[in-house]
Amino acid sequence: MASKKIGKATVKFTNPPIIAGIGTIVGPMEGRGPLARDFDVVLPDMAFGEKTAERSERKLLEQAAQIAIERSGIDKDMIDYYIAGDLLNQIISASFSARQLAIPFIGVYGACSTCAMGTAFGGMILDGGFADYVLVACSSHYQTAERQFRYPIELNIQHKATSQYTVTGAGALVLASSGNGPRVTWATTGRVIDLGVKDPYNLGAAMAPAACDTLLRHVADTGFSPDVYDLILTGDLGSLGSELFTELAKDAGCDVGSNHKDCGVMIFDTKTQRVGSGASGCACAAVVTFGHVLKEMERGNLKKILLIATGALLSPLTFQQGESIPGVGHAIVIEL
Amino acid sequence: MQVPSEKARKQMTKMPETTQAAQETKRRQEVYQQLVAERKPKPPYLRHFLVAFVTGGAVCALGQFVLGIFIGRGLDINAASAPTLAIMILLGIVLTALGIYDEFAEFAGAGAAVPITGFANTIAASAMDFKHEGWVLGMGAKMFIIAGPVIVYGILSGVFAAFIKYITRL
Repeated sequence: MASKKIGKATVKFTNPPIIAGIGTIVGPMEGRGPLARDFDVVLPDMAFGEKTAERSERKLLEQAAQIAIERSGIDKDMIDYYIAGDLLNQIISASFSARQLAIPFIGVYGACSTCAMGTAFGGMILDGGFADYVLVACSSHYQTAERQFRYPIELNIQHKATSQYTVTGAGALVLASSGNGPRVTWATTGRVIDLGVKDPYNLGAAMAPAACDTLLRHVADTGFSPDVYDLILTGDLGSLGSELFTELAKDAGCDVGSNHKDCGVMIFDTKTQRVGSGASGCACAAVVTFGHVLKEMERGNLKKILLIATGALLSPLTFQQGESIPGVGHAIVIEL
Repeated sequence: MQVPSEKARKQMTKMPETTQAAQETKRRQEVYQQLVAERKPKPPYLRHFLVAFVTGGAVCALGQFVLGIFIGRGLDINAASAPTLAIMILLGIVLTALGIYDEFAEFAGAGAAVPITGFANTIAASAMDFKHEGWVLGMGAKMFIIAGPVIVYGILSGVFAAFIKYITRL
C-alpha cells in the first residue's frame, strides 16, 4: 500500500520536490562568521528595527519567506501551504508570520530539526499530489531563545565550553512539484531518542544519539553507504556533539569519515567567536543548508548531500523537574 | 472479574523495569553517559579560581575605596556603609544597562557574580528583559526571578545562624 515508503522510516519521493526559491537572513554575529557571503541578508543589529526580540524574530521569518517567494518567481497566492516552526512557546514566530503571509498554515515543532522536518513534510504533501507549491520556513533568535530556555540576556553568566550559541536568523524554501533546481529525493523521519543526558548546557551530547539513530536507519532503509554522499551534514551538534556522533556511528559500523560536517560548527569561527561548542537554533541548520550548502551545490562543489537536522526536545519545565533531554534527528537528501 | 491483589499489582508495575529491553536501554544510557563524561572538556578550574579571586577582589577594593571617601567626609564606618552599597549597586545597574556587566562576567565568573554589583545585575537584567510584558506582571513580577531565591535563602540562613548563636549563648 505505502508504495513510497522504503524500509522502516524512509520515504522515497517518486516525484521529488524541486527547490524553487531560497531565502536566508542572519544577524550580525553570523555575519562575522565564515559563511557570511552566502546569506541573502546580513543584519547590522539583532533588533531589526523592532521593539521586542520576539517581534524581531517574527520579522526575520517574514523576510526570509518573502525572499524565497520572490526568488521562486511565483505569485504568493499560488502557494498552497506554509509550513513553519520556531523555538518559542506556542511557536508564535511561525503563526504570527503566517498571519502576515496569509497562506494556509501548518505549524510544526521539531526544535532545531524543524527545517528538515518541514522540508520532508512539505515534500510528502507535494509528492502526494496535495499541492503544487509549499513554503517551508523556520527561525530562531539569540535573545528570544535565551529568554525562553535560559536566563535574562544581560545576566552575569559565564558560559560553559559545551554550551551553544543560538543563531539569529531565518531560512525559507519554496518547494515546487515541477521545474528545475535541486531536488529533495529521500526523507527519513527520526525517532525520539534519549540516552539520559540531563545537562541543558550540553545539548550536542543529548542530540548526538538521535542523529546517529536516524543515520543508521537511513542507511539501512536505503541501502546507501555513507560515502555516496558528498557531505553528511548534521544540524547543530556542535564540536563535542559531532565527536560523539561520529564515534557512535563508527561503533555501529557506519563510518562517516571526512564526509561529515556540522552546521553548528560551520556557521561561526569557533576559535575567535565566543560560542562554546558551536551554534544551535532552528535557523542554524536552515541558513547553513539553504544558504551555504545549496550555493555550494550551485557552484558545482557538491552533488548529493544528506542533512540530518537535530533537535533537543526539552522545555525549561522538564529540565527543572530533573528530566533527561530527548533528542530527534530528521534526515533529507538533496541532490542536483 | 478478579481484582489483582496488592502484591500482584506491585509485580505488574515492576515488570517493565525487569524486562530485557529496559535493562539494555539502561546499559546503553550508562555507557553513553560515561563516553560523554570522558569527552567533555574539563573546565579550567585553576584559571577560574584565580580570575574570580583577582576580579572579585578588585570590585571589593573599589568598594573599600568608596567607603574610604565617605569616611573621609566625616561619616563613621556604620553610616558610610549604606551610601557605599548604594554607589556599588548603582554601578552594577549602570554597567548592566550599558551591556558591559555580562561581558565582564563572562571573563570574571564568580568574581562578577558574588559582589553586590552582581546582585544588582541580576535584578537589573531581569527588569530589562521583562519590561515589554508590562510594569506589573512583567517587570514588577519578574524582576526578582534570579534575585528572589538569593533573598529567600539569605534570610533563611540568617535565621538559622541567629538560632545557633542563641543556643550557644544559653
